[in-house]
Amino acid sequence: MVEYLIDRVGLPGWLAWTAAAALAAVLILNVIAGGALVFIWAERKIAARIQDRLGPTRTGGKFGWLQSLADGIKLLAKEDLMPDGADGMLFRLAPYVSFCASFCAFIALPFAFDFVGLRLNVAVFFVVAVLGLEVFGVILAGYASASKWSLFGSMREAAQVVSYEVPLGMCVVVPVMLAGSMDMVTIAEKQAGWFWNWYLFHDPFTFVIFWVYVTCAVASVNRAPFDLAEAESELVAGFHTEYSGLRWSFFFMAEYGSMFLVSAMAAVLFLGGWNGPVPLATLAGLSEGTGDTAGYLVRLLGMVNLLGKATLGVLVMMWIRWTLPRLRIDQVMTTCLKYCTPIAAVMFAGAMLWQLFLPGGLVPGMRRPAGEIREGWLEGPGGRAAASAPTGSGDLVLVPAAQVRP
Amino acid sequence: MIGAAVAVASTCCLGAVVPPLAVLDWHAVFFMLFAAAACGCALAVVLADNVVRMAFYLVLSLGATAGLFFLAGAEFVGAMQLMIYVGGTLVLLVFGVMLTAQAPFVSIKTSAGEKAAAGLLGGALLTLLLVAALSVEPWRRPGSVGPMEPSATPLGMALVGVRVDEPPAGSPAVGRSGYLLPFEIISVHLLVVLVAAAYLARAKRRKTPRPVEMVASVEPPVSVAEHAAIGREAPAGAPARSGSVLVGGGS
Repeated sequence: MVEYLIDRVGLPGWLAWTAAAALAAVLILNVIAGGALVFIWAERKIAARIQDRLGPTRTGGKFGWLQSLADGIKLLAKEDLMPDGADGMLFRLAPYVSFCASFCAFIALPFAFDFVGLRLNVAVFFVVAVLGLEVFGVILAGYASASKWSLFGSMREAAQVVSYEVPLGMCVVVPVMLAGSMDMVTIAEKQAGWFWNWYLFHDPFTFVIFWVYVTCAVASVNRAPFDLAEAESELVAGFHTEYSGLRWSFFFMAEYGSMFLVSAMAAVLFLGGWNGPVPLATLAGLSEGTGDTAGYLVRLLGMVNLLGKATLGVLVMMWIRWTLPRLRIDQVMTTCLKYCTPIAAVMFAGAMLWQLFLPGGLVPGMRRPAGEIREGWLEGPGGRAAASAPTGSGDLVLVPAAQVRP
Repeated sequence: MIGAAVAVASTCCLGAVVPPLAVLDWHAVFFMLFAAAACGCALAVVLADNVVRMAFYLVLSLGATAGLFFLAGAEFVGAMQLMIYVGGTLVLLVFGVMLTAQAPFVSIKTSAGEKAAAGLLGGALLTLLLVAALSVEPWRRPGSVGPMEPSATPLGMALVGVRVDEPPAGSPAVGRSGYLLPFEIISVHLLVVLVAAAYLARAKRRKTPRPVEMVASVEPPVSVAEHAAIGREAPAGAPARSGSVLVGGGS
């Protein structure tokens, strides 16, 4: 895009770079903010349906489409209160810390083949690291509020998030191991083709570990049944008890952003990323690597795919939230330490052994390697060959890191 | 705003006026930004009195350092910095502050003597660092290295024993002198620490009951016995209190 701005539009270099960066940032910001609007509306409708109610019906037509927007306007106009005993600076900054962490993680998330804010070589690791930072805003909020409810909430959140990072990291490592790369674009590209190429169906161990990942992801973004940090029936509203108005809504944007993020990550790591269950584009003879309009359209289709999968993940989280009762703190810790962590460890070892002894799968010939499907697309772990320059290194790509011999 | 941008763009294209921004090196700008943030927040850590604010400034400082790593193309080190220092250490630090604090907002007042000693020590170290840094003659310009392919793969390979970079000439095992042994030693060390922490943190089970428990077990007061009976079935000989809420759960 920068080249396009410089060459075609005639902008000077610095302005082109700034414009490109600003465009990417604004797009990601809109994914979070717009997503939060839609998801909050969806959550209310889903909650209502599960509880045999109707939910919002008045604002903006039959289905209450504009309810979130009306809520947003109300929050904008609401008085921004702060308790007397609060630590002013930290109290004001805490929501932005949470939101920034959520926003930063989106930078490395690929939406389609070339649609990624910043293609990082260690994208998976970066996202996990930054997601862990979101808890810092919650801790600050709880501490700076000078309220016991808030402090209890943030202590619970800190304990929970720190614990659940361990099994979450183990789950994330398995697709990384299978793909031989921490680059999310590469991981998704390795799952191209029919849906049995997805890592979810790679072997029984990855199938199990996907569900462990789902559990840990729900816990790490503090959704019910793991929403101890804001347990309404015990702690009023937990860490955001004292917040109102726009700052309060920033916490919610961060929460919905994180939900979308872990769902999108599940899609990239286990569900083929932007590759649909049926490789329509490949069957039609199109390739998303080309720079022309067809390639662009294929990438756009891929983005729809990924957004669809991530939205599905968010909807499942809502379904879980309104179905299961909240766990106690000791049950939360038991789930993490006694179940998720050992299961993840065993499945990790199992996936490793499977990859060593049965790399082709049980049915020979069913798993068509991604390199065959998109010949000349990948060029060693982490690298990408330009589509115009075909390389014959399709077989090199498929060697996982565990099998590389010096 | 758009009009202003177009105007600036057109002037640049015409070449009539070359604003100073046209020669701006974004790399340098971001370097200055991150470096200033890191240094400023580090100073704020020293100057603040409130422990949690110190922790907050430390997070910003370490985060800015991670930004410097990303700027230098060391993505893995940057993510590591975020994960270990910014994430892990500070969550634990804040935990420690919250669990040990006596007053609502802990503030630490440093005495003049401590300030003088710290200033002397810090100044000496800074002088040493500055002298060492300024005595290096051929600093390469930031952009002169050229585009490189940042990758974590060589690091990972080196940790499992395959060294990707050139081993020193005359090395006994060319191509195999990785960092497997240090890696394993650190892993075992961390495992020992984990086991020890779990041992220290677990609930102790005593073989012999403590004196207080013995007294309690010999002759429980009536109230204790009643309390213990809540939720269990009422004893056979007990008078039936069907109207009581307390016994209702067990029946």
